[in-house]
Amino acid sequence: MTRSVDERPMDTGAGAVMGRAGAWALVAVGGLMMLAPFYLMFVYATHDRAEIFQLPPPLWFGDRLIDNLSLLASRIPFWTNLGWSLYVAVINTALTLLFCSMGGYAFAMFDFPGKRWLFRLVLAVMLVPPFLGMISTFLIVDALGWLDEPRALYVPGAASAFGIFLMRQFIVASIPPALIEAARLDGCGEWRIFVSIVLPLLGPALGTLGLVTFVASWNNFMGPLVVMRSVERYTLPLALRATQSPVDTEWGALMAGSAVAVIPLMVLFAFFSRRLVAGLTAGAVRG
Amino acid sequence: MKLRQRMMLQPRHAPWVFLAPFLLLFAVFGLFPIGFSLYMSVHEWDPVQGLGSARYVGFDNFAFVLGDEWFRNSLGTTLLLAVLSGVPQHLVAIPLACFIDAQARRTRDLLAAVFFLPYITSTVAIAIMFTALLSRDFGMVNLVISTLSGWPLIGPLLPDGPIDWINDPDRLVPAVSMVVFWRFVGFNTLLYLAALQAVPRELHEAARLDGASTWQRFRFITLPMLKPVMFFAVTLSVIGGMQLFEEPFILSGGNGGVDQAVLTTAIYLYRSAFEFSDFGAASAMSWLLFLLMAALTALIRRVLGERES
Repeated sequence: MTRSVDERPMDTGAGAVMGRAGAWALVAVGGLMMLAPFYLMFVYATHDRAEIFQLPPPLWFGDRLIDNLSLLASRIPFWTNLGWSLYVAVINTALTLLFCSMGGYAFAMFDFPGKRWLFRLVLAVMLVPPFLGMISTFLIVDALGWLDEPRALYVPGAASAFGIFLMRQFIVASIPPALIEAARLDGCGEWRIFVSIVLPLLGPALGTLGLVTFVASWNNFMGPLVVMRSVERYTLPLALRATQSPVDTEWGALMAGSAVAVIPLMVLFAFFSRRLVAGLTAGAVRG
Repeated sequence: MKLRQRMMLQPRHAPWVFLAPFLLLFAVFGLFPIGFSLYMSVHEWDPVQGLGSARYVGFDNFAFVLGDEWFRNSLGTTLLLAVLSGVPQHLVAIPLACFIDAQARRTRDLLAAVFFLPYITSTVAIAIMFTALLSRDFGMVNLVISTLSGWPLIGPLLPDGPIDWINDPDRLVPAVSMVVFWRFVGFNTLLYLAALQAVPRELHEAARLDGASTWQRFRFITLPMLKPVMFFAVTLSVIGGMQLFEEPFILSGGNGGVDQAVLTTAIYLYRSAFEFSDFGAASAMSWLLFLLMAALTALIRRVLGERES
């Protein structure tokens, strides 16, 4: 593979051409291995269990998708679970955007006692792995009487240290303080400055943070695993996992459910891949 | 007018008002849980009777956990899975990123998207899908292996007979590592790819004119330029690897597998708290795991990190 570093398109030696072809072949096989599991998931989603168990297993789409979805819905309240996933992700995203843009703006544009210290604290907590607070969060949620309530997911989820960090960096880099000062001199109130001047300028940062938050909430497993108790309140990942049993897993139905969990993300990714990649590689610090 | 002016938010108060919602949530769900888990790690109580029955036990929880064979094994398992899934990620991601950067300029975005796709999709859906693909009797993985074993050259290298990836503890470890590798290799590739774009092309050009071979240019130009991002990416892999939870949890059916084959510390911690109701021991475990992560991160900084000037 080291040959791949060679960047001379004009290099026409037989060895170099062979090497390049070999490298391309390896990359193509690698790419196929990235996509094949998704393809098989979609194919299996359209077959019943007997067909999946056949040898050789099906490689092309069947006609059992609807049957599989209704079978899944008879095992778990699938559509309710899907609804909760969407509901939690939307509210979590909206709250995160609101609170983080406000907080990031305060850190970026104001001077107040303790600001530096407080910002460092936020950054430090961002680096603490989530499992450290898992049990305490469960106990707090329990004490508040929120067990089994969707707000047990989106309220803690809205305290995004990463969001504060992202918003602050963006505002510092893109909004001149003179603009805020001028508006203030013109008699513009602080709320109006934020709502009519700052917020409209935050578009790209809000988009990135919104996507990252939505995807994280949609995929969240450990959060609901700890605070959700009844299957009617499960989000999709938790519900899918509950369908899995060692003896008689309905693979077709389970694959159909997994496909439903994966397809919205693929659609988002198809439309916003650049922004998602930028946000997730920057948000990697959050783990 | 008077009233309105009094109602108006003063610039002096404004930052606190803007910060209030975040700070409230941050205090309750960000800061407090960390402090409270420290408190729990040195206390013991009966969860049924509530916190009123808590009593200070010093480092008893830590002593108990350190003496617990399952915990020590879980640390070994976590490290093993982190290495088996983490090292190949970088060994593949670096050449792959170099290749995409040098050869695949036009298909760059497409390739990046294909390799990144596993990272953004639901871990649970992925783990469920792989449970099906790794099934002993009808799984696609075994089918491909048995087909390939009929081929010359490759055939003799492959095991004959179906492999029980999920129920054989010796096979579950590579299976989980493979899934984790599959999920994160594209993420690392993108990190390296972003860094490679910052390498000036003239550098390669000049070295080539000086007669440097491809390997020499990789070794003395590309690799040193990648060192900072390598530090960052390896640190992230270690942090992620030490917290491995979802993939082994789902693939092993939620308990860590036969003989605790893939019982990572994160899974054991979860089970200690929510199955065995031992919050004290679980909190002690989470702090020990955190300390180990901090130590490993510091070690990587020494090996790979750039010297601060």
